[in-house]
Amino acid sequence: MSTLVLVLATGVGLGALYFLVASGLSLIYGLMHVLNFAHGVFLTLGAFIGWEAAQRMGASGWAAFVVSILVGGIVGTLFATVTELALIRPLYERHIEQVLVTVGLAFAAVALFEGIWGSDPLYISGPAWLDETTSLLGARIPNVYFVLMIAATALLASLVVFLKYTRFGMIIRAGVENRAMVTALGIDVKKSFTLVFAIGGSAAGVGGVLAAHYTGYVSAHLGQGLLIFAFIVTVIGGLGSLAGAAIASVLVAVLQQLANYYLGGTGDFIVVAALAVVLLARPRGLLGRRPA
Amino acid sequence: MNALIRSYGAAAFGVALVVLMALLPLLNISIPGVLPTPTYQPGALAMLSLAMVFSALALSYNMLLGTGGMLSFGHALYFGAGAYGLGIILANLGVPLWPGVVLALVGGLAIAFVTGAISMRVTGIPFAMVTLAFAQAGSVLVRRNSSITGGEEGLSLETDHVPDFLVGVANTRNLYWLTLALLVVVYLVALWVDRSRLGHLASAARENELRLRVLGLEPNRAKLVLFLIAAVSASLAGVGYILLQSGTVPRAVSADLTITVLVMVVLGGVGYRWGAILGGFLYTVLDQRLTVLAGSEAIESLPSVLRVPLSEPLFLLGTLFILVVMFLPGGIAGTVQSWWARRSGGRPRDELGELEDDAEEVLEPAETRRS
Amino acid sequence: MSEPILTVDGMSASIGGQQVVESVTFEVPSTGITAVLGRNGVGKTSTLRGILGLIKRQGRVTLAGDRIDHEPTHKIVRRGIGYVPEDREVFASLTVAENFALAERQAAPRREFVAELFPDLVARSKQMAGTLSGGQQQMVSVARALLNDNRLLLVDEPTKGLAPRIVGEVADALEEASHTVPMLLVEQNLEVVRRLATDAIVIDSGRVVHRGDAKELLDDAALTKRLLGVHGEAPAGEAHA
Repeated sequence: MSTLVLVLATGVGLGALYFLVASGLSLIYGLMHVLNFAHGVFLTLGAFIGWEAAQRMGASGWAAFVVSILVGGIVGTLFATVTELALIRPLYERHIEQVLVTVGLAFAAVALFEGIWGSDPLYISGPAWLDETTSLLGARIPNVYFVLMIAATALLASLVVFLKYTRFGMIIRAGVENRAMVTALGIDVKKSFTLVFAIGGSAAGVGGVLAAHYTGYVSAHLGQGLLIFAFIVTVIGGLGSLAGAAIASVLVAVLQQLANYYLGGTGDFIVVAALAVVLLARPRGLLGRRPA
Repeated sequence: MNALIRSYGAAAFGVALVVLMALLPLLNISIPGVLPTPTYQPGALAMLSLAMVFSALALSYNMLLGTGGMLSFGHALYFGAGAYGLGIILANLGVPLWPGVVLALVGGLAIAFVTGAISMRVTGIPFAMVTLAFAQAGSVLVRRNSSITGGEEGLSLETDHVPDFLVGVANTRNLYWLTLALLVVVYLVALWVDRSRLGHLASAARENELRLRVLGLEPNRAKLVLFLIAAVSASLAGVGYILLQSGTVPRAVSADLTITVLVMVVLGGVGYRWGAILGGFLYTVLDQRLTVLAGSEAIESLPSVLRVPLSEPLFLLGTLFILVVMFLPGGIAGTVQSWWARRSGGRPRDELGELEDDAEEVLEPAETRRS
Repeated sequence: MSEPILTVDGMSASIGGQQVVESVTFEVPSTGITAVLGRNGVGKTSTLRGILGLIKRQGRVTLAGDRIDHEPTHKIVRRGIGYVPEDREVFASLTVAENFALAERQAAPRREFVAELFPDLVARSKQMAGTLSGGQQQMVSVARALLNDNRLLLVDEPTKGLAPRIVGEVADALEEASHTVPMLLVEQNLEVVRRLATDAIVIDSGRVVHRGDAKELLDDAALTKRLLGVHGEAPAGEAHA
């Protein structure tokens, strides 16, 4: 029983991490039809700079942890915004090229990170509480999982509020559905493009710092490794659907952890098999809209 | 008539180039800064052989992207299937090399059939994501099952059943000829695909799938066959890779490798067979020479702001790639071709332009189907 | 007769590299409704979309004398064009009120005018537009265009697929609107055209093949049959709204 609870908690914690990456991917894809391969490097840079900030403040304090999260978020936002303005916008509506530049950026950025921070993982530490565990239903659950769950829930809640109650949110929802019609109402959709990149980048940056605490290290490949699962999550959830991304994040991660524990480390295959099943049964994903 | 002369001219040029390449191991040509050694020595031959293997892989990828308009991020899976497939077969089944190669190709075909048929449930960008997921599963499979695949360490080629003339540094020359033959085979397959009804159907599907369906043609079947041919060609390149390197590493099935191939094809020019070959060579040469450059004293003495980026070959290649995508649509081959076409008054081809429209059509069917 | 509000001079348009409009030339007078007629698939919708820059186009297009053929869609619309697309294209997952809020471009949108025309929609303002009936969705789509003081409306098949009673309501609304704003109307229902249109343009194979008075065209049965493949009289059973 306690093992099952631990496995489930690990899954939900990982799912929270997936959601921090997948939410941005899904919004960006939904609105702009851009598959953003650089999303992982937003996360990685957030993690590295966040770690640098925490180091300078003496890593083990709470203040350092909070600052590192803020710094990670800001770095992710800036990186993503610059990427949209400098690389994506000039290639407006050329979807294949837009994918290619993000691929190139990811390629170059990972190499640069290796150049700066080396190719070996940097082991990190944070407030001691994060590494401790809390007992829940007899299982000892690492506290960092709770932080991840809180962060993902807060992100989901603020995205929902933003999308539902602000004008930009309304434009984004309308644009995901039918971008051409939004422009035909006299709205400059490009501003929203930069905005969704910024939002996705901030979530990824925060996710980077938390991912580092989840895995215990930062490396140049941290983000790109998560990115592949985030892609799977967005396809299973339904491209462009935030709720779909949230549900699929948790489902995929829990399934992965269960299989890893009970089926001899087969989690990654089960996830890919789940993807295949979803594609065969329902190509548009769990909550994806029927193609018009 | 003109076109006929041109195509004969191109064929003659191609044959001459192959003959020249075949003669290289017998000649003493030095190209400092590009080749590490004179052409008759193993150093240069090994590098050129690797370039030819990558060129063959790039050609196979170009069949998908250039001819079929399919942006796959899982092509390395089939390359890895060829490399690991042959390695595993030779180590475990005790069959001689050539039947082993056939088995490895059949294995690559089987994997491609299953993954391809599922991936093609979706098109456009979702297709890219799904192929990536399959390749990732393959990569994990290879890394995890170290008793069969050697895990992170990689798999060395079991040479008991490999003919002696293909084993060892002394025989690099023979391996060179083998990879040259392999490249020629893949080129001829690519040529045949582009000229055949299959290629026409697949590229027509790229432009207007709906119209084909109305005509009662099955573009999806054509695309799947194209996908399989491209995958088997990649497996063949993988077979060449393990023979040449006398082993394989997990990178051969990684998304990294697919992206590397994408870089080659885009640098060379999507949709141009000679562009893919050029891309393969360019990438291999740049990768090796930039690594040498990175360790040079000139770079070491720079301030770290310059030294760090300049000592990362992949950073430079990634940056070059971005610049090509943004400012040289059509890559090197496309740019040369349109320059040539302008000179002789023809109309330039715009391969990526067509792909774009395809992406638009896939993603926004409701908007494009209107009268 | 004053200056035309819109001039289209040699405009061609393409979708996915395929030409769908071939050098059309026409004008839209600054008052009344100009109908765009033609058989299915001849490029009527593409002509409207080309004017708005929603598809690639070449040629000269002016709105009230200003060139708009190189501007992006949102800027063209902000110059004062209202668009009612074919198939309504309401945002299905947004409420009626949100659909309206997105469309409002001016500080004082004409909400009362719209509320008077479509009282039904006021009651449904919190409902998801996707759950409305086809007729109600069409009204949302028309209302979005009427919320602003436009200089021109582009209206694409507003009565397509609607029940006869609803066709009448939509036509009433368009007639009411046409007192204050000129309109370019694509419409297959010739009865509606006869009722609303002052001028008519006929497009065939992407080209303008006829221009003139709408009623004169529809009264000339032979010409109508030749150009549109149908008779201009009202089909039996379709009531005058």
